[in-house]
Amino acid sequence: METVQVDVAVVGGGPAGLAAAWKAREAGAERVMLVERDFELGGILQQCIHPGFGLRYFKEELTGPEYAERFIARIREAGIEVKLNTMVLEIIPSGAPSVAPECALMCVNRQDGVLSIRAKAVVLAMGCRERTRGAIAIPGERPAGIYTAGTAQRLINMEGLMPGRQVVILGSGDIGLIMARRLTLEGAEVKAVVEIMPRPGGLERNLVQCLHDFDIPLLLRHTVVEVHGRQRVEGVTIAAVDENSKPVAGTEQFIACDTLLLSVGLIPEVELCRGAGIEIHPVTGGPVVNEWRQTSMPSIFACGNLLHVHDLVDNVTREAEIAGREAARYSRGELRAKPEAIAMVPGRNVRYVVPQFISAWGEEEVQVYFRVVETEEDVYVVAKLGEQLVARKRQMRVQPPEMVSLRLRPQAMVESLRKLVELKGISAKDLVCRIEVEPHGQN
Amino acid sequence: MAKTETKAVICVACPLGCHVQVTMEGGRPVKALGAQCRKGLEYATQEIQDPVRVLATTVPVTGGILPLLPVRTEGPVPRRMLRACMLALAQCRVQAPVRAGQVILENVAGTGVRVIASRDLPRLSSGL
Repeated sequence: METVQVDVAVVGGGPAGLAAAWKAREAGAERVMLVERDFELGGILQQCIHPGFGLRYFKEELTGPEYAERFIARIREAGIEVKLNTMVLEIIPSGAPSVAPECALMCVNRQDGVLSIRAKAVVLAMGCRERTRGAIAIPGERPAGIYTAGTAQRLINMEGLMPGRQVVILGSGDIGLIMARRLTLEGAEVKAVVEIMPRPGGLERNLVQCLHDFDIPLLLRHTVVEVHGRQRVEGVTIAAVDENSKPVAGTEQFIACDTLLLSVGLIPEVELCRGAGIEIHPVTGGPVVNEWRQTSMPSIFACGNLLHVHDLVDNVTREAEIAGREAARYSRGELRAKPEAIAMVPGRNVRYVVPQFISAWGEEEVQVYFRVVETEEDVYVVAKLGEQLVARKRQMRVQPPEMVSLRLRPQAMVESLRKLVELKGISAKDLVCRIEVEPHGQN
Repeated sequence: MAKTETKAVICVACPLGCHVQVTMEGGRPVKALGAQCRKGLEYATQEIQDPVRVLATTVPVTGGILPLLPVRTEGPVPRRMLRACMLALAQCRVQAPVRAGQVILENVAGTGVRVIASRDLPRLSSGL
């Protein structure tokens, strides 16, 4: 078996892996290796041919392939080694008897056969998967013509295949909305986008450009209750749902169609993480990390949609740069955590917070990212240690499809902590920072 | 006196998605409120007069590592011309290799806008 030694190994060549590998090299890691299972780099960006990427990071609007191209060029220029068509089968964390003090990535490809990559630090960037029909349990036959939205996107945009002519889309996530437009432009008829929630799942701009522009109906508080057809989809029955998301009897209607697309959510791809014994967060479905994007296995870092599902690739890039930079520092033995971490926990109207811990609080500025549960207008987003306010930002609107961020300044953290200790004599073990949304005018 | 009315536009210039209220007088926009930047004002005004969009699609490519090349209009085209642009691009065929940014079609459907390649598409070498 062939073995190679590297400083930082990155798993996954999508937007997160590209940025992490590039940044690790920038941050001084001598030998960086990027492992990708597909035949080329870029990941999901290569099938996202629509514009809307890079507005924040590059300050201009790019398509997915253009965004990928810029990072692929950086990877090439930085002299990063890339292993394409290579599947990582297992990750053995450092400290394990066979490989300590390094991590081992067991890989397979056609050139090397079985390959073992020994790395001082690893960045995981495997992205996510689409939730399937099985995962949402729609009754009915099992005919051809049911696809996840992302699969349909790959078929249409990369392989030149039309999945169908008359389409119903279940779920109003961004990929579903984007596909409603794409299918329409390619000559299909999108009969409806059906969303079980009382609000759309995708970004506002996609509702405008993808549905309104083409007069595609969006049916909120509706779901597909049955799929018809034995060989091929012949139609679906949809129904309105009540407050508990249960179909309301008597509201059923039949829509004739030959294709049903599912855009019902994404799930982080964590098989390799589980194998490595990395702690997974119950809400995000991805690894639990600190501000360096370091997982519960100190030599392993994580970023991108593997960590939590993002709405903007620009945020993925920023996060991956942190993971890459800190993995490079770890590989040189330069990362130092404090004995007690501060736990970041969701408070009022917050579903989850990333990072889940801050390990070196009071040293560097930390940007926390979170998602809200409900839409609210004119609010403050706040961070509190006990009753001490650490950070506060006014926001015109918060809504579930859009990730919110808040900057925590190191002095504010230290000062709040000092006050807390003086007032209450709190022990370092109670270090909990709550992130929450407050209506404006309430303190 | 000219008739005054207000139209609501959601700005799609960036991910913020500002809700802009545009006041119209005699069919012309005179005031816009609710945008968080200048782009939002420009967008809202344009959106009411004649909405424009960047069109992204694919064209078939021969001899490449993939059967399709992703392309986009270099700048925005009027929304009412999207269908015409798609029809013009349906006639288009390209040969690999293609470089990102390469012009695929000049003046698509008479809009005066060029269509460019969104990515490099190398030739498929035998034995791959």
